[in-house]
Amino acid sequence: MTESSAMSSREAILSRVRGIVGEARDADTVGLEWAALPRAYNAASAADRDAVLLRLIDRLHDYDAQVYRVSPEEIAGTVREIVSLLGLTEVLVPAGLAQGWLPDGVAFVKDEGFSPRELDRFTAVLTGSTLAIAETGTLVLQNLPGQGRRAATLVPDVHLCVVREQDVVATVPEAMRRLQATAELPTTFISGPSATADIEMTRIKGVHGPRFLHVLLVR
Amino acid sequence: MKVALFITCYNDTLFPEAGRAVVAVLERLGHTVEFPAGQTCCGQMHYNTGYQAEALPLLPRFVAQFRHAEAVVVPSSSCVTMMREHYPGMAQRLEKEHPGIVDEVASLLPRVWEFSEFLTKKLGLKDVGAYYPHRVTYHASCHGLRGLALGDGPETLLANVRGIDLVKLDKVEQCCGFGGTFAVKNAEVSSAMLAEKTTAVLNTRAECVTACDNSCLMHIGGALHRQRTGVQTVHIAEILAGDEA
Amino acid sequence: MSGGTALNPKTAPPFPIAATAMVGNTQLRKNVRHATDVIQAKRARVVGEMPDWQALRDAGSAVREHTIRNLPFYLEQFERNCTAAGGHVHWARDAAEARAIVVRLAQEAIARGRTAPSIAGRPAGEPQGTHPGAGEAADGVALQGEVIKIKSMTTEEIQLNRALESVGIHPYETDLAELIIQLGQDQPSHIVVPALHKNRQQIREIFLREMKLEHLGESPQDLADAARRFLREKFLRVETAISGANFLIAETGGVCVVESEGNGRMCLTLPKTLITLAGIDKVVPRFQDLEVLLQTLPRSATGERMNPYNSVWTGVGKGYAAGDGPEHFHVVLIDNGRTEVLADAEARQTLHCIRCGACQNACPVYRETGGHAYGSVYAGPIGAILTPQLLGMHYAQSLPYASSLCGACYEVCPVKINIPEVLVHLRGRVVEENTGGLKTITNPEAMAMKAAGAIFRSEGRFRAAQRLGRMGETPLERRDGQGQKWVSWLPGMLGGWTNVRDLRAMPQQTFREWWEERERKGAPAGEAG
Repeated sequence: MTESSAMSSREAILSRVRGIVGEARDADTVGLEWAALPRAYNAASAADRDAVLLRLIDRLHDYDAQVYRVSPEEIAGTVREIVSLLGLTEVLVPAGLAQGWLPDGVAFVKDEGFSPRELDRFTAVLTGSTLAIAETGTLVLQNLPGQGRRAATLVPDVHLCVVREQDVVATVPEAMRRLQATAELPTTFISGPSATADIEMTRIKGVHGPRFLHVLLVR
Repeated sequence: MKVALFITCYNDTLFPEAGRAVVAVLERLGHTVEFPAGQTCCGQMHYNTGYQAEALPLLPRFVAQFRHAEAVVVPSSSCVTMMREHYPGMAQRLEKEHPGIVDEVASLLPRVWEFSEFLTKKLGLKDVGAYYPHRVTYHASCHGLRGLALGDGPETLLANVRGIDLVKLDKVEQCCGFGGTFAVKNAEVSSAMLAEKTTAVLNTRAECVTACDNSCLMHIGGALHRQRTGVQTVHIAEILAGDEA
Repeated sequence: MSGGTALNPKTAPPFPIAATAMVGNTQLRKNVRHATDVIQAKRARVVGEMPDWQALRDAGSAVREHTIRNLPFYLEQFERNCTAAGGHVHWARDAAEARAIVVRLAQEAIARGRTAPSIAGRPAGEPQGTHPGAGEAADGVALQGEVIKIKSMTTEEIQLNRALESVGIHPYETDLAELIIQLGQDQPSHIVVPALHKNRQQIREIFLREMKLEHLGESPQDLADAARRFLREKFLRVETAISGANFLIAETGGVCVVESEGNGRMCLTLPKTLITLAGIDKVVPRFQDLEVLLQTLPRSATGERMNPYNSVWTGVGKGYAAGDGPEHFHVVLIDNGRTEVLADAEARQTLHCIRCGACQNACPVYRETGGHAYGSVYAGPIGAILTPQLLGMHYAQSLPYASSLCGACYEVCPVKINIPEVLVHLRGRVVEENTGGLKTITNPEAMAMKAAGAIFRSEGRFRAAQRLGRMGETPLERRDGQGQKWVSWLPGMLGGWTNVRDLRAMPQQTFREWWEERERKGAPAGEAG
């Protein structure tokens, strides 16, 4: 297909749309109209901090994720326990992960842009997170230091994810407003381990993404 | 109160006993019933089948018959749904030919009530002093349930009937499969939906099934009769008209 | 591999005929009823815990309405921002053009893989998977390459897989349900859970046969594990992916895909090239709008508070994010009849749809027939309004009638599309197409409706019709054991009624006759009940 015929499809579609709903209005007018849209839903929650954290834990348990409540000093020790229970000797980590989270005695291999096949050799990955949403039990990861690229938290079967209590919000709207400034980064919302309900609507854990999710909730 | 009865075309022709029961209940409650003789049909069958042009002239006729009524009572939630949902839009289309009809419809519609709704919402009643010593299950027609949001109004009225053994219908929110011309155009699917409904009815072991719509009851009752189940269908007005005398 | 007869609304039989066959399929009905019962119960539970659900529906409806009203602005804004982020935006007027664009982009991507042998798709000695014959596509075309696909109803709508296969590109469906459909040479029957018409035993048989397995359990877990093993190697190998999109974010040029299994994330992040096909209706104004739609979509679609994975990405990533995801990213924006929908102001709300499938689960008609009876990848209530409109109302004219207008669809719609209202409006358009002059005279239904209309316009004619009806029906009446008169057989089209139902005979006295008699007697103590 030539460039000119591609242009003509674009023009054909847009001019048809314009012919029906009118010319595109200026950004200010459209922006004002958008700002006036009804938003009577709950943007924030009135629940206290403890209730919010307990809700997050409850939701994560509901998804069959393991949750550990730890102090900052306890992160490394908890990681060691999980890793040794799994019988692993090496764990994938993104660049920029806090050194204090890494216990001795385990090989932490930094993701250097491994190929898919190389990623597939890792059983576990350890990352931080941007925030978590209590209402839905959702962890949000972005391509930032300590969280890394999306593939690294996807191919290994076990995901250990560190969430700071201060990064836990109650509702989805609170989360989206915090994420607004970094909206263009690759972002993944993770709610429990990979799952499907495609067979007789029975929810089962673990299809292609990590089948095991361990959340370290840090005070 | 002076109540104008819009009987609807199919009740008039096929279910006059429901109309007689409405009159009995309203008169027992001390109201005066009028029956404007020029009334025919609300236009629902035409409108919902796509023959909207044929339905249009029925609106000015309805307005002419009922414009002065204090309250219009209709023993059919589907006809009331038709009026509330489509009369304002139809009036817009008619305004040029019938100046003022938009305003007239806007002023008339709030005075139009489905029969059970009139009792519970307009008159604020829960008990109309009826007696009906039978095991009964209530079918919430889609237009009553979703179109008019009747809620538990009809069931409250039934629950307060003396002697009644009211039993809940499983999957009460599910359509019986009537749907007007749907029952004929998609007869097989309609029958399949109906089979689920009659099974639910039979599971209640009720002697009769009631509703605010004789259209659903005609459909459900037709299958119950074909299967020789012995289960009867009665319009809710017939139960509320029951007395010990 | 995707044989079977593709769902094509232009050639599909009318709904009542297709539905009749489905109603006779006991296994299918059992599967569909079970699945829709389960999803509905889950949905009701998670919707019930949201005190602001109606406000979210109102907001979702307003956002969609605002978007569609400002479609030229938002489409151009999306294109600008996506392009600035390194994506390539293509426009396709119809299915053929979209297929051609996607096929060309896939071919280019595959050719790029060949010229860079170090990262070439298929190292020697690698298992051949379940290719239909080594190196050969389904219909004997030499295998030119492979793509992996995320479930996308838009690609089903344009029948993309056949186009890819015809040039020797094998598409691997990676969503579990779509894999079941593809391996079973079946067609999707639901927009969210396309294989809901199959039960575990049927799926096990398909997997055993197509994956060439010796043993396989029949628990959903066993079946999902088999799919994981079957597809893992494809995810690691194939360097080109094709996806749909849930939302295109105009403000950032980003794309959002909502999924559960992780197959979506595999397709979005591992391959070197990603081609995303999306309807022009998929755009939303701003990132913040996801705070509404990401609350209502999962709860409505699968009855979850949030589905396991949502991915949002913008172009090919800049700076630190470079290297996260594909190097080449294309968005193909497709019209394919959507502007036809837009042109009808009364039906335009159809384009507000976010494809959650809640209307399908709630629909008592869909419940009895499953999706295939609708002859289109868009089944159920939304399909009944979308499909005929996408085809300019020239095809699929039976679909607007495939509803009892019970309103369950409207009640559950997270963006408040008044589907019954649109159905009735479209019935009007169908009648318009099929009446007028000679068309009316040769159309029995139109003639009957016209006659009935004339009757209702006059009290006198109505009374006469009541009398005539009584007389006409008399020969068909039979008395039952209780002495009541019933009709058990009616002629012609009305026979649909008496196939399974009796019709109570018309009473000897209409209500108005009773009323007049009572008035004449002057006694309001008429017999009631």
